[in-house]
Amino acid sequence: MLKQTALNAAHRALGAKMVDFSGWDMPLHYGSQIEEHHQVRRDAGMFDVSHMLTIDIEGPPARDFLRLLLANNIDRLQIPGKAMYSCMLDTRGGVLDDLIVYYLREDWFRVVVNAATCDKDLAWMQTQRAGFAPILNIRPRRDMAIMAVQGPHAREKVWQAAPEIRAVTESLKPFQAADCAPYFVGRTGYTGEDGFEIILPAAHAPAFWAALHAVGVKPIGLGARDTLRLEAGMNLYGQDMDETVTPLESGLTWTVDMIAERDFIGKAALKEQVVARDLFGMVLVDKGGVLRSHQKVRTTYGDGEITSGSFSPTLNQSIALARLPKHIPIGELVQVEVRDKLLSAKVVKYPFVRNGKSLIG
Amino acid sequence: MTIPSGLKYTASHEWARLEADGTVSVGITQHAQDLLGDMVYVENPKVGRKVAAKEECAVVESVKAASDVYAPLAGEVVAVNDEVVNAPEKINQDAYGAWMFKLKPGNAADLNGLLDAAGYKAVVDSESH
Repeated sequence: MLKQTALNAAHRALGAKMVDFSGWDMPLHYGSQIEEHHQVRRDAGMFDVSHMLTIDIEGPPARDFLRLLLANNIDRLQIPGKAMYSCMLDTRGGVLDDLIVYYLREDWFRVVVNAATCDKDLAWMQTQRAGFAPILNIRPRRDMAIMAVQGPHAREKVWQAAPEIRAVTESLKPFQAADCAPYFVGRTGYTGEDGFEIILPAAHAPAFWAALHAVGVKPIGLGARDTLRLEAGMNLYGQDMDETVTPLESGLTWTVDMIAERDFIGKAALKEQVVARDLFGMVLVDKGGVLRSHQKVRTTYGDGEITSGSFSPTLNQSIALARLPKHIPIGELVQVEVRDKLLSAKVVKYPFVRNGKSLIG
Repeated sequence: MTIPSGLKYTASHEWARLEADGTVSVGITQHAQDLLGDMVYVENPKVGRKVAAKEECAVVESVKAASDVYAPLAGEVVAVNDEVVNAPEKINQDAYGAWMFKLKPGNAADLNGLLDAAGYKAVVDSESH
């Protein structure tokens, strides 16, 4: 039996094509994935991402706990509302999950983790909690829904649908959040566009969804969410990284703080690691197919593999993230095994698209 | 989902239509395009290629996945539709209008061995349960 979010009936009423996503009955698209992609780049769209899990870390030792738990430095968050992206590593430096953490108060941090990994994450957090118990509380918030509203007009549309939160959220900078109950509003996202991610009680979600729809915000499925995040050069857990690789070979070195004195789980392993591979962007040069995850990449520097690949609706060509030998130069032409053919692709810097504009020359 | 009664079908979701000139047009079904989603790439066989029944002879790729297209019956490829190569979304818009290639069948009677609309509907229904 698939799990359902509070918006399941709303998706079905809008004609969504529903799929099993990590055990959740979720909308893949509502007609055309490519149209939905353009909708977000050009105007505004809304996503139900309530399958992801909100976890509140409560109690006086919350910051100390996160100092140990996260590879990024929680001490970068000093102003209430500030948010940060981080990996959570095992002792070998393997990526258990990637997450966003929000700082609310010294005794209240809020973490949002992936759906497929949330049980594993909670178990891991409970194990690491030992040194901080009993005054550290790890509280999964399945009572909360999560919606993302993304696109150049997203914030304006949110304020039309919920005028009462405008005053509090108008001044939010990127990666900053405000608690304006019942809404918890962060200026974050997974599309490369401006917008908000909103955590709210599940019981409020259908009415808020309907209010956004009434002001013209179109529903966007998980299909477009994937092509949007790929164009934006954002990693997808389980594809671009997992427990078998470290952040240093996953394009996530920028999220790991090796400078501060503090110890964190996985730090010792990362210090020892000789990094031979990293994540690169690729664009398909030849015609003849679409880049997909697990396709083999042949280069004069050694072989690699595509971790995420698709068709980019914005660029109208196929793009990918690939794990390639670390010293391969940007601009290098490589060969990709696409079905029974070898097709040429070019190694590029990513993101591919930001705020509606191509970054690929 | 309507399944036109005048066409023949395969369990691998191709449709085949006998044309007035004796050739057989081939495309993928409405159900197949619905499963795959937005089409972004079509690769057709070369004109002149001889294919066996159930031989892989074309490829469609959507945003989501790549899928082989099989020859419904043995024959020679006598025409390909460049319109769907240049605009793969035509398959989404009109699956039964957007033919991909035409075969000159080795034996026109082979058409009788394919599924009719009711038989294909049974295939689609069994997949969705």
